[in-house]
Amino acid sequence: MKYALLVYGCTAARDALSEDDRRRVDADIALLLARSNVSGWVRLQPVESATTVRHEDGRTLLTDGPFVDSKEYLGGLIMVEAANLDEAIAAAGDFQATLARHAGAIEVRPVLAAE
Amino acid sequence: MLDDVFRDEWGRVLATLVRLLGDIELAEDAAQEAFVAAAERWPRDGEPVNPTGWLIATARNRAIDRIRRERTLNEKTRQLNWAMVEPPEETMNEATIFPDERLELIFTCCHPALALDAQVALTLRTLGGLSTEEIARGFLVPFETMSKRLSRAKHKIRDAGIPFAIPPDHLLTERLEAVLAVLYMIFNEGWGGGRVDLASEAIRLGRALVELMPDESEPRALLALMLLNDSRREARFRNGELVLLDDQDRSLWNKQQIAEGRALLERVLALQGGGAYAIQAAIADLHLEQPRDWQEITLLYSALARLTGSPVVEVNRAIAVAETDGPEAALELLDELPLNDYRYFHSTRADLLRRLGRNAEARVAYGRALTLASTDPERRFLEGRLLELRPQTAADWEELWTSTLDELKQIVEREPEDAP
Repeated sequence: MKYALLVYGCTAARDALSEDDRRRVDADIALLLARSNVSGWVRLQPVESATTVRHEDGRTLLTDGPFVDSKEYLGGLIMVEAANLDEAIAAAGDFQATLARHAGAIEVRPVLAAE
Repeated sequence: MLDDVFRDEWGRVLATLVRLLGDIELAEDAAQEAFVAAAERWPRDGEPVNPTGWLIATARNRAIDRIRRERTLNEKTRQLNWAMVEPPEETMNEATIFPDERLELIFTCCHPALALDAQVALTLRTLGGLSTEEIARGFLVPFETMSKRLSRAKHKIRDAGIPFAIPPDHLLTERLEAVLAVLYMIFNEGWGGGRVDLASEAIRLGRALVELMPDESEPRALLALMLLNDSRREARFRNGELVLLDDQDRSLWNKQQIAEGRALLERVLALQGGGAYAIQAAIADLHLEQPRDWQEITLLYSALARLTGSPVVEVNRAIAVAETDGPEAALELLDELPLNDYRYFHSTRADLLRRLGRNAEARVAYGRALTLASTDPERRFLEGRLLELRPQTAADWEELWTSTLDELKQIVEREPEDAP
């Protein structure tokens, strides 16, 4: 099965990172993304760069910022191949251990199979 | 509700069907059909030689017929994207020997990716064979709520790929703990109320687990614990009122359950089982002795508190400490615990305060316990205690007045939390 790992971070923890820490985290992330069970990934620019688009009364409305405004932000999405949820959870656990300084939590979501 | 004969078969049959069909919902419908067919046929034609095999084969064949029908029906719209393996052509018959896969089913239903209340409901439905309506009644929730809870859980198992398997060694201890917690929760839910006999259901499931995992000590310890506690069931209520252990009519205790519980416990201790349920079973056993050995009980609670780090265990330790070192010492222990929403914390505190003659404080604590109580006998018991402690003299009233004022003052002076 394919699973998406939605990686969430906390803005406060992110802002507390030094330039050196940030480089180290980036290196760790690169290693994780090179693993054989990773079939794809997306890393996102800081949440402050988000624009939310809505449609109301036939007009397109724009808001500066993410759809869900909170202290946590979606930092990226990693696609993994796993035999079942336990394997996907184990993969998420590995990522979480490496990203602990950066990521608040990882949401594991099964991917809807293409028709 | 299935007949008792059927109830014993339900989990067995369903577990195998889940393996064969790859989906709990489909397996459940198929099993239901097979049981209905059995209820019609067996009384007429006689019970088959291998009833389990008959039920599984019948259910499976019907499910496959249905999948084929639906497939033809959906061929044009290509909507059905059923993940099932192509069923083999030959029809299974009742002589086929099916392995027992209830253990796989238990671990699937008690998977920690499911919410605890869903784990509990699903275990009762799939392994216990209780109907959705019975489970709803057992947990005092509307039928619709329970029905939704069950189908959400079944869909999550299917969609998220929760494995139908016994966990690998490195996960086994942790997952087994989750299973035991679910069974014990079912047992405790059944103990207070007596709405649906959930306590017996938990014992039945506990027996199955012991049978399926004969080398693990904690399932056996949990079964011992449940039996030893359940043995006092008849004596716990008199005319619908709660009777405390020391006032119970011991001739009403179930000697058979006590003997079985003790035998199980001996076996656990002989095998060096020192897990949390083993300690609790040993404590339950000590509670059946007269007079009770509070020293030993305190020791065991200390061991349990170290093992679990649970503040609820500390409440029980405090009760034992009250007997060995007096209520004052127990109260000191209690007041450090972060259990403001736990009803037994308040009822225990109230009882200690009452024994110390601090009636006004005891009343407040009983009142707090009363608002948190979940069953009628419990409520009536607490109301009785409150009535005994009602102010009688002028000095009592004075005390009540002062303590009420104090409390009001505290409320007024408290900083508003999370003010916007």
